[in-house]
Order: sequence, then structure tokens, then C-alpha cells
Amino acid sequence: MASIGELKRISTQVRRDIIRMVTGAKSGHPGGSMSSADILTALYFNIMEHDPSTWERDGKGQDVFILSAGHLSPAYYSVLARCGYFPVSELATFRKLGTRLQGHPSVARKLPGVAQASGSLGQGLSAAEGIALGKRLDGDSHLVYTLVGDGECEEGQIWEAAMFAAHHKIDNLIAITDWNGQQIDGPIDQIAGVGDLRSKWEVFGWTVLEGNAHDFESILNVFAEAKAMTGKGKPVMILMRSVMGEGVDFMAGTNKWHGKAPNQEQCETALSQLEETLGDY
Amino acid sequence: MRHYTNTGNKDTRSGFGAGLYEAGQKDGRIVALAADLASSVKMDAFFNEHPDRFFQCGIAEANMIGVASGLAISGKVPFVGSFAEFVTGRVYDQIRQEVAYGRTNVKIAASHSGITLGEDGATHQTMEDIALMRALPGMVVINPCDYNQTKAATIAAAVYDGPVYLRFGRPAVPNFTPEDFKFEIGKAIVLDEGSDATVFATGHLVWEALQASEILDKEGISLEVIDIATIKPLDEEAVIASASRTGAVVCAEEHNAAGGLGEAVSYVLARRCPVPVEFVNGGDRFGQSGTPAELMREYGLDAVNVADAVRRAIARKK
Repeated sequence: MASIGELKRISTQVRRDIIRMVTGAKSGHPGGSMSSADILTALYFNIMEHDPSTWERDGKGQDVFILSAGHLSPAYYSVLARCGYFPVSELATFRKLGTRLQGHPSVARKLPGVAQASGSLGQGLSAAEGIALGKRLDGDSHLVYTLVGDGECEEGQIWEAAMFAAHHKIDNLIAITDWNGQQIDGPIDQIAGVGDLRSKWEVFGWTVLEGNAHDFESILNVFAEAKAMTGKGKPVMILMRSVMGEGVDFMAGTNKWHGKAPNQEQCETALSQLEETLGDY
Repeated sequence: MRHYTNTGNKDTRSGFGAGLYEAGQKDGRIVALAADLASSVKMDAFFNEHPDRFFQCGIAEANMIGVASGLAISGKVPFVGSFAEFVTGRVYDQIRQEVAYGRTNVKIAASHSGITLGEDGATHQTMEDIALMRALPGMVVINPCDYNQTKAATIAAAVYDGPVYLRFGRPAVPNFTPEDFKFEIGKAIVLDEGSDATVFATGHLVWEALQASEILDKEGISLEVIDIATIKPLDEEAVIASASRTGAVVCAEEHNAAGGLGEAVSYVLARRCPVPVEFVNGGDRFGQSGTPAELMREYGLDAVNVADAVRRAIARKK
């Protein structure tokens, strides 16, 4: 289990990977990848019970993670590689012809660590609930985690899934919202405001917690609290306050870098702000 | 010609219900999900026996598909049931991403398909679902013809490892295939051998094709009737073998022209055995309210229409 100091070093390298991957592919989604980098690093290096060496798609005997916001694939792939699901060198193939690292997560080429395809938004929460029900039927006490975007909560299916999980008392599920307030066309409040997310999830019957997505102490505390709230008849949602593009000054806090790759010069500038802690791929 | 006896009208959805129940008794991995139409889709027997393996999703089909995909990932064999329109058109992208592209072992049980849904009208009658499901890479598309065959197909779908679209209907229709029939996915079923023309029929049109054969027999026309219960993967060799022997083909289905059985068969024949092909289908239009029998006549989907199409196809032979 990585310490807070180690988590910081890992997530800094994950951010370098993100920048280099989207620059290399000349496409991809750096903004949300940067805002979710710390959450994903904490999940895979501290929170979840999982073992890359014995991982199977069915997730039996392990905690399971489903990335509902599939466009955060650069952060997801970097974290999976950095904790041993596949070689770090494979990150160089992101979005290239024939790669296992498709633009959005795919199971078609059997990338270790990925249990479900995602990218068309609003669907991963439902899949995570199905896996959670499967674990309940099997008497497997491990947890299911999923990450959704706040913009993704504009999808109606999210709220179908919200009702379903509460009705069926799916309490082995922890969902996380990457709450960065931005979507591709602009700030969420100006596009199609999702309103008071905390109240919404609460009235839908969920236990709702809040954390700071860029403070590992806050992240670890809120996950510990969330785990303590599992098994109590309600699904758990953690709203993680985050900053789109966090870690690079010219990317932070704007929707501009939601789905745009930096050019070579911008890439160099970004990398100069992110220390190479674990060695580039 | 071979004469088939109707052992009594039964709805194909009840064949599904019986098949689901029987498969569920044998295999504890089987689970079922419904979107508020569990009784209409005949999931009651399964639900009553295995309440722990049944998940009511309410009127929320998109979530149902996603939950089913998750159950499949965790090793279950989920059957999702609703009206055909609501488990295809309404949730096409969910099926595409989480079932077909996601390669999850989900069985889509589509009841009340086609025009014979009847009085509810066009909002509930899908004549496009075969096209939608055929278009998805890796999706198996099955449209059985009667109660017995639907039951057998359901049991076969439960054993098959991969996504299946299983299409059946609402009205009571003739039940005439053997009770002990062992359904093989991807295999065409030759119901009657003939020499002058072949009808490839699916679903409720299979019985109509057999009735057409009785009509044509009186005119001295020998009709081959082949039940294409599995539309995808299509039994191409069976299609070519029959078409090349009879030299004239009719494709009959309770579905619109675009993307249905007719186009699937024609795609094979155009490349490998170009013979005259005629079509019995709903054309390019929406349905309307009416009784199933009235609608089958109104939309040109009964035995008389099949017989007419056969005569046209034979007339085009060189």
C-alpha cells in the first residue's frame, strides 16, 4: 500500500504519461485525465484489493473498477501499466493502429485490467452495478468501484442506475464523480447544469461523501469513510472536487484541454512542470 | 409435399418462458432481468422459482442492458426481456457498446416483435429490429417460428457463449414443430423439400409458407420450405444448396424490407447463386392498430402473399 509521498510521486509520473500519450497520439482527452489522475492512483496503489498477476475479466476474488467516463483512458492506462497490468512501454501505442490501448477502453483486444468497454457515456455505472450484483450472488465480499464524470451525469441512464442501485440495496459499490465542473463545450453550469449533485444523489437514496481530488490525505480519508459505509444497505457516491487539467498551469481550470492534444512545444512546457519520478515509458 | 399439423395455437413468448424456466433449472448461472413487462414476456415461472436470480429494473431499459452486461462479466448468463422495440431501438447504443463490442454473454429476449403485436400500434410494433441487431458484429439473431421452436431456441441460447438476440411474438399461432426438437444455432431447417422454388421464411411467416405450399401444390407447384430460424449467422450453404436446385427464391418475414432476412439471403445469392428472388415483408412503412390477423393481411404477410410471390419468382426463371 503506497504512502502519501509515494502516491504523489506516482501520480506525477501518471500526469507525465498522460501528456506524452496524447501528444504522441495527437489526440485524446488530457483535461479529465489530469483531474482524475490522483483518484485513480489512490484507487490502484492504496485503496483497492487487486492483483494484476491473477486478474481475470470476471473479477472474482478481487475488487473491480469500471471506468464509466471512458475518455479518461490516458490516466486509466497509465495507472494500470504503472501497477503492473501490462508493460509500461505499451503506453507508447495509445490510439495507434493495432493497439490494445484503444482511444476508449476496449475488451476486444483483451487489455489486462479492463473489464468493460466504455466511452459512450452514462453506461459504466450500470455495468458496475451488475458486477456488484454478481458478487452478491456469489458471496464474494469484494467491492466494485466506478468513476463517472460530472458532465456525464447529464446522461439519463446515470439516474436510471441511481434508482436501481438504491432500490436493490447495492451496498458493495462505491461510485466516484470526477467533479471538475467542465465539459467539452464549456463549464457545465453554462451547458446543461447538473445542479446540486450532493442533494440529487442523496434523494436518490445514496450515501454521499465529498473529498478533494488533489489532496491524497483527503482522498484516503474519504475512501476509508466510504468503505466503512458499504454493507449498510445503500450505495455510496463520493463527489471528488477536482480541477480539469490539474498539474499543468496552462491546462488547469478550463474546458479548453478537454479533448485536445498539446503540440510538441506545449508538451515540453507541460512536462517541465511535472517531475519524471518513475522514469518515462 | 409434407403436411404439417397444428397441435394447437400457442404464443411463442410462452415458449420463451418455458425455455427460460427449463434452462434456469439446469444452470444456476442463468439470471433474468425485466423492465416492468416480466409477465408480458412470460418470465413469471422463472421469477417464482428463482426470485434471487431475477432483477426487476422498472421502466429503465438502458440501465437494464448495462446491469445485464455487468452480471455477464461476473460470470452469470443474463436474459433481459421486454417488448422488441424497447430492447433494440431504445437501447441500441447500450447493446452496441456493452453487449456486442463489450462481448458480454447477454441474451436479449425480444417479445411482441413485428406487426402482430397488434392493437397497441406502431409505437410498440418494431419492424426494424432484425436490421438493427444484424448490423452488430458478433450478434447472433434468432427468430423462431412457433412455441416449441422458441422453447428449444431459448435453451440453445442459454448454452451458447456470446450475445444473442432472440425474437418472438405476442399472438397465439400454430404450434407444429416437434416438441423434442434440438435447436442448433446457425442451422437452417428444411421443413419440406420441393423442386420449383424455395421459400426462406422466418418467425410467424414459416407457417404461412407451409400454407402457401398447400395452395401451390394444388397448382402442381412443388415448393421447398426452409425455416431460417437463425438469421445471423446465416446458413449460407443451405441457402445456396436449395436455391441452386430450385432456381427461384422467396424470402418471407414479419419485418420491413431494410436489413431483414431478405437482404441477408440476397447478399449471399447475389454473390454465389444469382437466381430470381421475390420478397414478402412489410416494405418501408410503420404499422398501425388492428388484430394480428388483420394486420398480417393488410401488410401482405399471409400465405396468399407468399404464394403470389412464389408464382412471380417462378415466372422470372429463364
